[in-house]
Amino acid sequence: MEASKVIHAIYTDDDVLMAAVKKVKSAHHHIEEIYTPFPVHGLDKAMGLAPTRIAIASFMYGCVGLTVAIVMMNFIMIQDWPQNIGGKPSFSYIENMPAFVPIMFELTVFFAAHLMVITFYLRSRMWPFKKAENPDPRTTDDHFLMEIAVHGNETELSDLLKETGAVEINLIDKAH
Amino acid sequence: MYTFSSKLKSVAIGLMILGTIGVAYGFMTSHKDFSEVETMLASESHHGDGHGEAASHHETSQDDAHAAEDTHAVTGGHDGHAEVDEHTKHVNHVMHAMHKRPWAALYVAAFFFFMIALGVLAFYAVQYAAQAGWSPLLLRVMEGITAYMLPGALIVLGIAIASGVIGHYGLFVWMDPDVVAHDKLIQGKAGWLNITWFGVRGLIFIAGWYLYRHFSRKFSIAQDNADDNKNFKKNFRISAAFLVFFLYTESMMSWDWIMSVDPHWFSTLFGWYVLAGMMVCGITVIAMITIYLKSKDLLPKVNDSHIHDLAKFMFGFSIFWTYLWFSQFMLIWYSNIPEEVTYFVTRFQDYQLPFLGMVAMNFVFPLLVLMNSDYKRIPWFVIMAGIVILCGHYIDIFNMIMPATVGDQWYIGIPEISSILLFAGLFIFIVFTALTKAPLEPKRNPFIKESEHFHY
Repeated sequence: MEASKVIHAIYTDDDVLMAAVKKVKSAHHHIEEIYTPFPVHGLDKAMGLAPTRIAIASFMYGCVGLTVAIVMMNFIMIQDWPQNIGGKPSFSYIENMPAFVPIMFELTVFFAAHLMVITFYLRSRMWPFKKAENPDPRTTDDHFLMEIAVHGNETELSDLLKETGAVEINLIDKAH
Repeated sequence: MYTFSSKLKSVAIGLMILGTIGVAYGFMTSHKDFSEVETMLASESHHGDGHGEAASHHETSQDDAHAAEDTHAVTGGHDGHAEVDEHTKHVNHVMHAMHKRPWAALYVAAFFFFMIALGVLAFYAVQYAAQAGWSPLLLRVMEGITAYMLPGALIVLGIAIASGVIGHYGLFVWMDPDVVAHDKLIQGKAGWLNITWFGVRGLIFIAGWYLYRHFSRKFSIAQDNADDNKNFKKNFRISAAFLVFFLYTESMMSWDWIMSVDPHWFSTLFGWYVLAGMMVCGITVIAMITIYLKSKDLLPKVNDSHIHDLAKFMFGFSIFWTYLWFSQFMLIWYSNIPEEVTYFVTRFQDYQLPFLGMVAMNFVFPLLVLMNSDYKRIPWFVIMAGIVILCGHYIDIFNMIMPATVGDQWYIGIPEISSILLFAGLFIFIVFTALTKAPLEPKRNPFIKESEHFHY
């Protein structure tokens, strides 16, 4: 694909950015990415991004955590070294189950939370020693940057972007 | 302005009439005398059906003293005299439990509907104290529900006191001077547990709650036509003060009106536990009435984010309720101290289905059903989940009252269902009448714009 050339349009206000995104989308241009200094509410919907599936992943991680807790407590407290729990030496898992509920709860939360955060970082292509993708350090302070692929329609695009209130429009060649 | 539709009104009145008939029937048929109960028990053990088993089971699973006497009768007492004594005792016990049943059934239902109104009152106060921006569109719905608080509370207190004065101590054994005379533990608590102080205390609680409800409603309506936020600020202040008063009195109320049916047993987090139940039920009813009114186009500005937030609260408070229920259960189960654990032993032996079924309805069901974000925005889905939650919490109250009153003679039959119908009818009647008294939108609330544009 010939998408090595991109336009970087820079905005200084999130409301202006939101209006611009809607305008660019309605003109049927593909927005590659938007860099913002803070999360802009509703931006994902305006960009037409698919809804996140991280909740489903989190639910599955929680189920894994619950299973780990059940199996682990059965091994530790019932099989490997049978324990007399609360003065009731029944050595039965089901009869001692109430004592294991806090552990089940904690491990469910632990697995769901940690694995969800790790999944989120990986899915956002962030991992240790990764070189920053951010094209302009000002987007970590007070500027918003919209990246749009160019398919030989630079003038048309930059006119449109000027209209939407971009304070700066740069044509970048990513090929090198 | 909302008008109470005649259809709904006749439903409410119909429920009340039906309920009254059933409750009256329950009271009339409960007064079986000794010989009737004797023949009933005899025919039951003869047929060997489930009830007979429960009855024979009951002989061995009574409180310590009773059980000891039972074994005594079985092992040492082969002479006819001891057996006759034991038999008389057992028949008497079953007879008393049957006499108590309509009282207990009425009390459980009365408390359940009162608890909804009180839970909503607390939730309403939180909205003001937190200056919540999402909820002002729902405040009038909440005010409608809290109108039931005063009559509901007076009915509960009235039944409690009547059970001790005219009802042969049908609910609270500590009201019975004969029982107290032979019970060292209750004698020690008599300074707190006596009918006069019980009634006075109850009236103080109710007066405090009602004062808040009266003034907050007054300021809320005055704010509609105000030019400034003075009334809102007053409401903010009295709500904060009310919440402090409420948390103390709610706890004491739960000891008095519920925990004292088992006067030997106590739990230090009981007030919290009851609070969690009343919050779930209250929020569920807010969601149901909001959805009902919205379906009639009476709350046009309420959007699905409001329903979503209410459903989130239903989910969250269900988890909170479970947390407290389990905390109470696990500590007592773990330490296994006889005087504490007997509470759960009776529930496991005689109330296994309602006791465990309630956990499924109040925890597992809302957890799985309301977890998905999209489902919380579907009105009929929220209603269906709400119905299960309300039934679950009725059974929760049932499990709190019944084991101490009717023991193993429980059943969900005419007295129980009629009591629910009676108070459901009264609740609908009072709440929807109150809803007609003021515009459903508090138009001059300082946060009304934020509430209109609420988007989660």
